[in-house]
Amino acid sequence: MSSRRSVAFVFAVLASTVAFSTTGLRAQTTVTSERPASFTLDNGLQVVVIPDHRTPVVTQMIWYKVGSADETPGKSGLAHFLEHLMFKGTARHPAGEFSQTVLRVGGNENAFTSVDYTGYFQRVPREQLPTMMEFEADRMTGLILKDENVLPERDVVLEEYNMRVANNPDARLTEQIMAALYLNHPYGRPVIGWHQEIEKLDREDALAFYKRFYAPNNAILIIAGDVELKDVRPLVEKNFAPIPAQRAIPEKRVRPQEPTPAAPRSVTLSDPRVEQPSLRRYYLVPSATTAAAGESQALDVLAQLMGGGANSYLYRSLVIDKGLAISAGAGYQGTALDPSQFSISVTPKPGVEFAQIEDAIDKVIADLAQNPAKAEDLERVKTQLIAEAIYAQDNQATLARWYGGALTTGLSIEDIRSWPDRIRAVTAEQVRAAAAAWLDGKRSVTGYLIKDTAPKREEKRS
Amino acid sequence: MIYSLTRRAALIGGACAALLTLSSAPSQAAAKIQRLVSPGGIEAWFVQDATVPLIAMEYAFGGGASQDPPGKPGVGNLVADLLDEGSGDLDSKSYHERLDRRAIELSFQSTRDQFRGSLRMLKPYGRAATGTLDSVPKIEIADLKDYVRRNIAKDTLRVAVVGDVDPDTLGKLLDKTFGDLPAKADLTPVPDVVAAKPPQRAFIPLDVPQTVVTFGGPGIRRHDPDFMAGYVVNHILGGGGLSSRLYKEVREKRGLAYSIYEALVWMEHSALFIGNTGTRADRAGETVDAIDSEIRRIATEGPTQQELDEAKSYLKGSQMLALDTSSKLAQAMLQYQLDRLPIDYIEKRNAIVDAVTLDDARRVAKKLWGDGLLTVIVGRSPQAAAQPVTSPLKAN
Repeated sequence: MSSRRSVAFVFAVLASTVAFSTTGLRAQTTVTSERPASFTLDNGLQVVVIPDHRTPVVTQMIWYKVGSADETPGKSGLAHFLEHLMFKGTARHPAGEFSQTVLRVGGNENAFTSVDYTGYFQRVPREQLPTMMEFEADRMTGLILKDENVLPERDVVLEEYNMRVANNPDARLTEQIMAALYLNHPYGRPVIGWHQEIEKLDREDALAFYKRFYAPNNAILIIAGDVELKDVRPLVEKNFAPIPAQRAIPEKRVRPQEPTPAAPRSVTLSDPRVEQPSLRRYYLVPSATTAAAGESQALDVLAQLMGGGANSYLYRSLVIDKGLAISAGAGYQGTALDPSQFSISVTPKPGVEFAQIEDAIDKVIADLAQNPAKAEDLERVKTQLIAEAIYAQDNQATLARWYGGALTTGLSIEDIRSWPDRIRAVTAEQVRAAAAAWLDGKRSVTGYLIKDTAPKREEKRS
Repeated sequence: MIYSLTRRAALIGGACAALLTLSSAPSQAAAKIQRLVSPGGIEAWFVQDATVPLIAMEYAFGGGASQDPPGKPGVGNLVADLLDEGSGDLDSKSYHERLDRRAIELSFQSTRDQFRGSLRMLKPYGRAATGTLDSVPKIEIADLKDYVRRNIAKDTLRVAVVGDVDPDTLGKLLDKTFGDLPAKADLTPVPDVVAAKPPQRAFIPLDVPQTVVTFGGPGIRRHDPDFMAGYVVNHILGGGGLSSRLYKEVREKRGLAYSIYEALVWMEHSALFIGNTGTRADRAGETVDAIDSEIRRIATEGPTQQELDEAKSYLKGSQMLALDTSSKLAQAMLQYQLDRLPIDYIEKRNAIVDAVTLDDARRVAKKLWGDGLLTVIVGRSPQAAAQPVTSPLKAN
């Protein structure tokens, strides 16, 4: 059974706090978590402190407002390559020292890159926060790169590409769908980059990108865990305040935008390794940042209603009622600086044609675009979405991810905290209107993954 | 797009749930673990915590895939898939509607040795949670029914609960949920299995851009007195983050792979070490050689004192971090029970880690890796296979 989780990363912006009183629920709960504290240094660094006092652990997560969509054309993959290189040491702390220190105290660390942001985090015992912050502030401007570690790391990234994309037909299809969906906007480029461009990235590219984008006024520091604002503030001031702002970094990121979509597109990826054909359709839709008031939440509800689990309309229609598919789901990517994607994903039963699947999908969409959803379905879906916000409170790293993702794509702390209320306020009519406005074929790319049955080039099995 | 790329891949598949055990365990939560016995005699390890208004429960029945009938592997897995397709007088649709309306997350999984369930729900619905598992679903296929009859019983049930619920209520809920199950499971005895003897190497040609290398060999059982020494020295070779010897040699120095990991895997009836990496076809031979040479080096020389100290420091410190959410804590508490560890294991564990000496680490490294590797290489490059199989290190 396919659930929404397997389909996409639906999380728009979820909140840590919920005034929980959905009418359809049998009991009412009011959850009041503490509001995160926030302040901004003179050099522009925004700091957010999220309390979680259950265990003496703290998560430090620094977010830079730069992602793959901010790369210069021809240098795809540079934001992600630099993320790898940020572990190669500084004058003060040579390669490996930061990571060794994290491990020695039993901590863990990692980093991530998306289209809109790049982030680095450590989870450590709380008394280690001053040490972690010293390291993190140091590498904001102190990175030293040498060919002897840049070049092997580029090979590592190429193997990452091979693992994630080249060896994975489904990921190759995603690349093609995204490239077809975005005619003009850099979201059409893969975060990891195109292979022939990754191969040519070098030390100078990485350093130039680093100097251009890594600065306090382009960063958000999130400290989540067993800490108090009064202890965090002096630490932040000591470590980050001396770093000068980069005034050349524009306040707002302005990227080439999409023209009005004019034609449905389709792409077919065939690969000999595909054993089970599948279909995905992406629509170009507003993100939480670009949407009109209430529209992004209506899309959250719509995605859950259409494709969130065994009760969703797509699943009921294609899997249960018509018996055409073995899985069906939908997802909405709300967290993005620019217009994002609503996705549908179906795995047909063996022998079922894609045309039958698409007919069924189109019927579900047409029904949603014409008729308001049943009140009980709407209620169920909202409860599930709002519950995500409560479950998220169980994990300080998840909370830090939500806040960071939202804040680096132009939302505010208040937007995050009010998200459950805004989900609750979504009406059946808003959901209908969202389906009618955005799930328009002209805004879509349909991707087919099929088995390549052409004769193999060579290499027989022995 | 929104896939994010992370710098290091997490452990990729393969390894079993037992992996989570040793990274377990903190402090405050640990001190609060209580053994709770319901009025009907169902036992659970329990942590009461009202910080977040949710309840996380993890449970397991003995058996799992080892109880699939001969010639029909996958029965337990199918049962796991079908268990949420309705219950009692609720058909699949109504059943899922009820779960979803309450935002209850319920899932089942058949592992090698256990049949597991995982439940997460919002607090107010604890009392209303009826009919989920209080009667075994009526599955028509005889194999499935038989599997359930033989496996889902109280005597092998282990339960761990963390959340905002008081002990009395939880006791009643446990009885409601599990109380009507048969008292005793009827499990088919499973013989112990010993992994094939290294070294052996197999090459399977497949036209893929990246060559995948999986390696392994016999491991250490959970109750072997050398288990912790093995766990510590394994951390030095292939565990943890970017400090491991394999990570440094294969990824950092040579840029041969993005992901390389190696871990101990322990089961009820066998134990293995298993590792995995993906590398470019034209350097697959070099990658396999680098792994092989690191395995031989640690088998011959053991770790250094500094490596041992750092590994211990990591393993002790990481306890607390591993249990910082209700779900993680519940999973760890279940795993301890399945591993037959005492309820105060969390408090004892660091002393057990500390007690591992350099001699222990060397001795166990030789035992684990002295024979070399079982290696399977899948990819385009035939040259890796063409290389001579390395002879075992006989070091005694």
